[in-house]
Amino acid sequence: MFDQKEKPILEAKHVTRIFSVSGGRFLRANNDINLKLYRGRTLGIVGESGCGKSTLMRMFVQLDQPTEGEIFFAGKNITSMNKKERRENRRHIQMVFQDPLSAFNPKMKIKDIICEPLLNFKMISGKEKDAEARRLLRLVELPEEFADRYPHNMSGGQRQRVGIARAIALEPEVILCDEATSALDVSVQKNIMELLVRLQREKNIAIGFICHDIALVSQISHQIAVMYLGNVVEVLSGAQMKESARHPYSMALLDSVFDTNMDFSRKIESIDSEIPSPLDVPPGCPFQNRCDQCMEICRKERPALRKIGEEHEVACHLFDE
Amino acid sequence: MLELKNVTISYGDRPAVKDFGMTLKKGEIVSLVGESGSGKTTVIRAVLGLLPGGGRVTGGDILFEGNSLLKNTNEQWRRLRGMDISMIFQDSGAMMNPIRKIGGVFVEYIRTHEKISRKDAWEKGVKMLERMRLPDGDHIMKSYPFQLSGGMRQRVGIAMAMTFQPKLLLADEPTSALDVTTQAQIVRQMMELRDEYGTSIIMVTHNLGVAAYMGDKIIVMQHGKIMDQGKREQILRSPQSEYTRGLIAAVPTLEGERYV
Repeated sequence: MFDQKEKPILEAKHVTRIFSVSGGRFLRANNDINLKLYRGRTLGIVGESGCGKSTLMRMFVQLDQPTEGEIFFAGKNITSMNKKERRENRRHIQMVFQDPLSAFNPKMKIKDIICEPLLNFKMISGKEKDAEARRLLRLVELPEEFADRYPHNMSGGQRQRVGIARAIALEPEVILCDEATSALDVSVQKNIMELLVRLQREKNIAIGFICHDIALVSQISHQIAVMYLGNVVEVLSGAQMKESARHPYSMALLDSVFDTNMDFSRKIESIDSEIPSPLDVPPGCPFQNRCDQCMEICRKERPALRKIGEEHEVACHLFDE
Repeated sequence: MLELKNVTISYGDRPAVKDFGMTLKKGEIVSLVGESGSGKTTVIRAVLGLLPGGGRVTGGDILFEGNSLLKNTNEQWRRLRGMDISMIFQDSGAMMNPIRKIGGVFVEYIRTHEKISRKDAWEKGVKMLERMRLPDGDHIMKSYPFQLSGGMRQRVGIAMAMTFQPKLLLADEPTSALDVTTQAQIVRQMMELRDEYGTSIIMVTHNLGVAAYMGDKIIVMQHGKIMDQGKREQILRSPQSEYTRGLIAAVPTLEGERYV
């Protein structure tokens, strides 16, 4: 990751998470992850199912603990906190989920949903709830009357705005969006992205944006980390994604994008095989069995991230010196 | 080959699709795009005569090879479905019985439509799976749906749908639940089906990129009505409706405008 002038607000250092599964086997969901989030900037994390992106997010919001390594928020190690400190720290890092309908209690009114975190941290009194909910609804461009509705009375896009309102209620430094727009129609998705970007500018929030849509990620992120089977395989700036991505997996992702400006006569050159089970990741490079440039060394030695250009790191033996 | 004439489909009193008209030629792919609730799935379910409870065609006509599908008896439907017209779903795995192995379901399906022995049906199934680039078809036939990945299940669904080389394949969001690299593989395979068997395909999707790549023609729907219909280039370059223009502009692209 590339250092900005200021200090990172959230930083993962050598984070590894191993789950033990039945049969005495181990699942390495995250392997030596080093990532940094900065105020006012967006880090996009892209990868397919099972690449460990959600596991990483869960550790960032302290729902889970790394097996090895540490996570720092504003210089404090959040992995060694006691229960009280952890609770206190939660207000700084908030999350927006993929499906707000299942993230909300269906029996709570919108105003109760939005203000619940504020009441939990005793930042407002019960009497102020109504006014505060309306203020937050305005902020996410929803009509104030929605305060008295229930989640099921709203469309998916409106619900996602409520999810964002709840996430920003505590004025957090970091917001993590886990596939926050994946369930939405494209036109609604566009509006939600614009809302997130506006809030980021106004409040100088650091955003971690998990998504499997590489086109969308490159549009919203200052920096992108491409993950594959628990490893970060490439880190580069969002603007560079299309031109400069070098890792064979990143290239395969780019080749798999369908958009309306593409050459329709182009043959699809996608990789044929499937992602191996995260339970038996081969030794050496995790991408070896799907890579058409696989070499002898790739089967033996796991490539480390190395710098190959300005704001650009790749973990691939093709770029060994 | 397939023609829908001013079709109106209603659930109860409320029309979900109004005045829908389209034609499909042999070997042609039509992409049906629209956002959730636009009625695109309702249209293809009506073609297969499988509207969910309370839904029925209240106006217009659906013609398949010149015959109206609306007058079909159950017996006629049974011969048509799975033979001449097949369907694949968003998650083929969820459409399968979770406590039965793939092979059992596949063999039963083949033997419903063709008088052959269990052994021959099994071999036919394995051959279809391998044609869909599923290695070790025998092993897959012996697996339960949950033991396969989403992409593999989808290929099993396509293999089953293509067993009798149907003239018309109805695909309801077949790639929406898949990872992007898997999506590309499935799209490629569906295109190959058309080239190999001359299958006509109606591709229902909300992914405008996939719709554009696959479709010779594109139909854009909103609130049960057709907003735009025409050749791919025409829809993408000079759409008639404001809605289609907005939809195209909202598709994330790598070259597109950046938010940050």
